[in-house]
Amino acid sequence: MLSYFLRRLILVLPVAFGVSVVCFMLVQIAPGDPLTAIMPVDATAEQQAAMRAAYGLDKPVPVQYLIWIANLLQGDMGRSIATGRPVAGEVFGAVGNSLLLAFSAAIIAFPIGTFLGFLAGYFRDTIMDRAVTAISIAGVSVPNYWLGIVLVIIFSVNLGWLPSMGAGPGGSQDWHWDWTHIRHLILPAVTLAVVPIGIVARTVRALAGDILSMDFVQALYAKGMSRGDVLRHVARNAAATALSVMGLQLGYLLGGSILIETVFNWPGSGFLLSNAIFQRDLPLLQGTILILAMFFVAMNLIVDVAQAAIDPRIKRS
Amino acid sequence: MAQVEAELHPQAEAAPKPQGYWSGVIRRLAGDKVAMACLIVIALLILSAVFAPWLGLADPYRGSMIARLKPIGTEGHILGTDEQGRDMLARLIYGGRLTLFIGLMPVVFAFFIGSALGIAAGYVGGMTNTIIMRVVDVFFAFPSVLLAIAISGALGAGITNSLVSLTIVFIPPVTRVAEAVTSGVRSLDYIDAARASGAGALTVIRVHVIGNVLSPIFVYATSLTSVCMILAAGLSFLGIGVRPPEPEWGLMLNTLRAAIYVDPWLAALPGVMIFATSLCLNLLSDGLRSAMNVRD
Repeated sequence: MLSYFLRRLILVLPVAFGVSVVCFMLVQIAPGDPLTAIMPVDATAEQQAAMRAAYGLDKPVPVQYLIWIANLLQGDMGRSIATGRPVAGEVFGAVGNSLLLAFSAAIIAFPIGTFLGFLAGYFRDTIMDRAVTAISIAGVSVPNYWLGIVLVIIFSVNLGWLPSMGAGPGGSQDWHWDWTHIRHLILPAVTLAVVPIGIVARTVRALAGDILSMDFVQALYAKGMSRGDVLRHVARNAAATALSVMGLQLGYLLGGSILIETVFNWPGSGFLLSNAIFQRDLPLLQGTILILAMFFVAMNLIVDVAQAAIDPRIKRS
Repeated sequence: MAQVEAELHPQAEAAPKPQGYWSGVIRRLAGDKVAMACLIVIALLILSAVFAPWLGLADPYRGSMIARLKPIGTEGHILGTDEQGRDMLARLIYGGRLTLFIGLMPVVFAFFIGSALGIAAGYVGGMTNTIIMRVVDVFFAFPSVLLAIAISGALGAGITNSLVSLTIVFIPPVTRVAEAVTSGVRSLDYIDAARASGAGALTVIRVHVIGNVLSPIFVYATSLTSVCMILAAGLSFLGIGVRPPEPEWGLMLNTLRAAIYVDPWLAALPGVMIFATSLCLNLLSDGLRSAMNVRD
């Protein structure tokens, strides 16, 4: 198991390196001079050159990359142009809120998706199957930022049951598991859960259908095993694949919540990202993307290792 | 006389007409009611967008300070007016032009570029394969929404920038599928036979590989169109896609957000268009998949 983990870890390193290059390049492809935002308009040519040297922008691009990555490995992601605060602190504060939202959405989506998908797979080609298929297609087709607005219209504007924005009193820093705060979490988490419900239901339906038609299921019934016990075998067979899909979805939830966070003014990494974009705060943009992508890479690694732990067939191949 | 002929040569009538692969696909697709309905909806959306100037609609850019946020069903404005008093029906139909263009073209570009890269990687193998596929792996490390927003955010708003960033987002998945199918075909005996008979790599790819790999890649690409539509409108919704005052569904959804307390259902209309289009694209892609007998 440990050797499998190490082998996977070695495979992740080049990907992590590539991700850092892509994030570094984001600032390079951005039009305009990165210093215009902080340089006084009447700066002389010498002052401009001094500023350029101070930020290391006078060096060739590969050297700039090496300096950037060396700082990064020491936890220094530069300073936000808009606030002047270190990027690392801003990003990690926001990522915590995003994780809260992503995990809440996952807790809603995964059981519902699994249940629906299993129903459809078990009662294949019945009205149940068709209903679940319709739900899952609608789930993956809906623009979730629009769904968020519709939910706000229904539950905030018309019914007045739930708040439409923010993370509760105290803003982003002061989260508690009480009703005043959880009320703010419900709408964004439900909105975010819709797409993974569709995807998980689709996956589990296909899995359950395939496994139920395998010979061993017939054999188990034939030797007199009860329905419940047979289903336990089916679930164990489906677990590894279902788990990997859910793990990846969790990663997508974290990266994909940007639009939802904007709709609900949720103080997470996506909200930070859209602010960074509008203030042309490139170091902040770069840092946020890097952390989110690295989280996704780590999530992939965890999923692979967990899958191998559950299903011994994977480790051997 | 004809009757006699038929009696004399019964097999002439009984023998089934030889059918090509494509006529079979079209016949199966035509029998799929859901897919056909979706095809008609998409065709209508595209036609109305293309011919918008000749439909006798109001000017989608001309607003009116006194006719702002008129509700759905207002005399002269069937679907009401937006926050600047512009006719919603006209803006929704004109909005299809940019939304569908930016929502579909990146998949078309990615289909050609990704297929070329994937077929090259799968057919040539070795170092070429390693380089192309490792780069693809790096882009897979970004969730697609994040990558699209990152590139568009860095490049800035604009139609071209949206097209560029979405194309970059969809090249890696197409490449991965193209590489997988090409590697599968590459190991078949008839490819070896063609190579043994002296055909060069490009000839083998053109004659023997492309015909066998394009359908699965094409079906996969059609399944990406719905995500691409949602992402394209999402970029405009965030303010890093199409710039105002152009009519575009995502951007309209954004500017009308402020009006949800005045007329909530009017504000939700542009999203209905995005949802309906993406739903039809998904269902049509599913229909195409089963009509073309492509397995996952």
